[in-house]
Amino acid sequence: MTLLAVQGLHKSFGGVVAARDVSFTVTRGEMLAIIGPNGAGKSTVFNMVGGQLRPDRGQVLLDGQNITHASPQKRFRRGVGRTFQVAQTFLSMSAAENVQMALISCYRQSHGLWSPARERHRDKAVELLSRVGMAEAADTPCSALAYGDVKRVELAIALAGQPKLLLMDEPTAGMAPRERAALMDLTAAIAESQGIGVLFTEHDMDVVFGHAGRVLVLLRGQIIASGTPDEVRQDEQVKRAYLGDARALEPLRGVSPA
Amino acid sequence: MDPAFLAVQALSGLSSASSLFITACGLTIVFGVTRIVNFAHGSLYMIGAYTAATLVPRLLELSFGPVTFWAGILASAIIVGLIGVIIEVLLLRRIYGAPELFQLLATFGVVLVVQDLVVQVFGPQDILGPRAPGLRAPVEILGRRFPSYELVLIAAGPIVLGLVWLLLRKTRFGVLVRAATQDRDMVASLGVNQALLFTGTLFLGAFLAGLGGALQIPRVSANTGMDLSIIAEAFVVTVVGGMGSVPGAFLAALVIGQLQAFGILIFPKSTLVVVFLLMAVVLAIRPYGFFGRAEIIGGTHAVGIASRRPLAGRSFILITLMAILAAFPLVADAYLLKVATEILIFALFAFSLQLLIGVGGIVSFGHAAFFGLGAYGAALAVKWYGVSMEAALPLGLALAALGAALVGAFVVRLSGIYLAMMTLAAAQILYAVAFQWVEVTGGDNGIVGVWPSPWASGPIPYYLLTAVLTVITVLLLKRIIDAPFGYSLRAARDSEARAEAIGLKIRQHRWFAFTIAGAAAGLAGGIYAFSRGSVDPSLLGISTSVDALTMLLLGGIQTVMGPLVGAAALHGLRDWIMPLTPLWRLLLGLSIIAMVLIFPRGLVGTVRDWWGART
Repeated sequence: MTLLAVQGLHKSFGGVVAARDVSFTVTRGEMLAIIGPNGAGKSTVFNMVGGQLRPDRGQVLLDGQNITHASPQKRFRRGVGRTFQVAQTFLSMSAAENVQMALISCYRQSHGLWSPARERHRDKAVELLSRVGMAEAADTPCSALAYGDVKRVELAIALAGQPKLLLMDEPTAGMAPRERAALMDLTAAIAESQGIGVLFTEHDMDVVFGHAGRVLVLLRGQIIASGTPDEVRQDEQVKRAYLGDARALEPLRGVSPA
Repeated sequence: MDPAFLAVQALSGLSSASSLFITACGLTIVFGVTRIVNFAHGSLYMIGAYTAATLVPRLLELSFGPVTFWAGILASAIIVGLIGVIIEVLLLRRIYGAPELFQLLATFGVVLVVQDLVVQVFGPQDILGPRAPGLRAPVEILGRRFPSYELVLIAAGPIVLGLVWLLLRKTRFGVLVRAATQDRDMVASLGVNQALLFTGTLFLGAFLAGLGGALQIPRVSANTGMDLSIIAEAFVVTVVGGMGSVPGAFLAALVIGQLQAFGILIFPKSTLVVVFLLMAVVLAIRPYGFFGRAEIIGGTHAVGIASRRPLAGRSFILITLMAILAAFPLVADAYLLKVATEILIFALFAFSLQLLIGVGGIVSFGHAAFFGLGAYGAALAVKWYGVSMEAALPLGLALAALGAALVGAFVVRLSGIYLAMMTLAAAQILYAVAFQWVEVTGGDNGIVGVWPSPWASGPIPYYLLTAVLTVITVLLLKRIIDAPFGYSLRAARDSEARAEAIGLKIRQHRWFAFTIAGAAAGLAGGIYAFSRGSVDPSLLGISTSVDALTMLLLGGIQTVMGPLVGAAALHGLRDWIMPLTPLWRLLLGLSIIAMVLIFPRGLVGTVRDWWGART
């Protein structure tokens, strides 16, 4: 069943066309990766789906509802959760409070003036943290966590809104190679068990080919290929245009790129 | 209307635009490179005027002539440039990485120091400079007499613009200045000698401020009020033009010069209001001024209140504190009670600002606006409607809340330095209204006869009333800070992107915070009005806003209770030292600077860190 339908998205900055007639779909429980060389338009497409950019033309439909012009706040209410390339958390709060904050907003209690925030939805927050393996760190300030752990907390925050669609902009950027696989395994397991569609961009080809159900290749704002990781890996056009090296998309043996 | 009159009015608008541009140009260049909004720029302007008014007559005695006159003006500007270098080396260099609030306060410390030093060096009298040789006779324009010196000033603006343009375009120094304005970090990583670049920039900026001041001496006498009046206008010019943009400053100065010249015809008394309204309109449409660009804010870690575990036995501490407050009248005399009352009022005022700055990260530089609105609201209700204190205090609070809601609606769209400047502008508008609308507000004299109801008059009852109101309001605000609303404000301060992504309506929360903080400050202002029996425009002035900020900083913006300690420390010190020395401002300025340099975390924060390190 189609969860996200992106139809004919178009965006240009001055004379530069950053996205040209981009169309794709994401179904529930599916992991879709967008890849492409620097400047291919990944972030532009991503931010148009996330609500940070307005497209010139085209539509974004979530569960059949048009969210093309909705603010990030409205998208959250419709069921879009997201993580950022540089993890964005509330550094002055503990890990649990970060998740509690998202739950407070989810239940529309952010104008509450009386009973303390730290006592609200505490159990649910700890449960969400344990789902990403961070229950022990519930009371640690986010500013004192290692970056990989901050990324996990961010995932728990995104899950607190009970999203149907999870947007992850370079989810493993800045993480150690071993942590990358663990985070993506975790994401895949959660997405599958709860029927969440995941759209992510990524530079690390191990992550892409190891975890994506389908891969979309962008070049100069246009989709030049899409399909399963194997299909994309075999695609001559992708090999030539994307990396200029026929063997660049072969899995590496022995060492992982850092 | 008479065309000759219009022409003369337009010309005088052009000449004041020139003076304004020369000064503001220095401010905007310094901001572009150092990212510091230099409050002391107005002080440099004032030093320029004093130096020229003292130096030029001596030089003219030696050899009378136009060359001597202009050489004297230039020499004064160079002297001020060197003073700018001293300020850079001693102070600014140490605070480039500090949060902008600290930078603003530190440079305001310099303003206070200079105010006392100028009186020490040049004496308390205003000094009228000589008129320029060869430019004494007025010229005739369409049958009207127009001072010829003004024509020279009109030319001076474009000449300075041209020279600055050449300097920025054609020299290596200029290339570096432009590069640093675009991306300071990139310039640093290219191995440019930053110290030299920044010192050179400060010389240029201070030189222009000094030149602006020195050029004024044939028109106005050098006086001690020059610094704050020019800095307010120069801020408006740089903000409207876009911070860091020299052409923007020129355009803004032209617009404002004309607005002042013709605004007199519409609002005879309040050109200041017109000027600040222009700024409000421009920022509402273009949040970064004519040619400004979005500031990339970051690098400095979010400063403010963080979560910490509730103190064990905090109800015990609270009860002890309230018992001490209640028992204080048993041991204190009337004078001490008056001091304690004022400390409590200022504690409440500073605490209301903590909700904006420490919790919300909203650096308001015009919080006096709401303190003053509360005071004036209460006083006006007493004066014009004869209501009692019980009714006047809520009316003052309501007026302040209303004003804060209005100002807040404008400023929540802005961020960083533009927000600070806009709140400052709002306070200055209200100050101008209170000062100039004599029929209603009593102007400079203010309103007298604002006395509390019989049951609350006398030092002991009024102290107790103040204590009760302050404690209740502080506890309510503390509750709000710990509630989801306070957490949402902190969330938006820590990461706007994340706060939006979890569905928080940031602007709505900030606007609401502004209103609550304004209401609390208004209550403090109302209590203050009844404690003194009078109100006057100084309650709305820059120095009242800075008092609140100083208390906040002194106590520490990372702590909830910091502002209360800060209020006690600052007010206590002032009460103790002020009668002992005429150099109070010098001491206050130096202590603000020392505080920013030595205790950036405030008294409570420093003690807490020290305690934390021990255990």
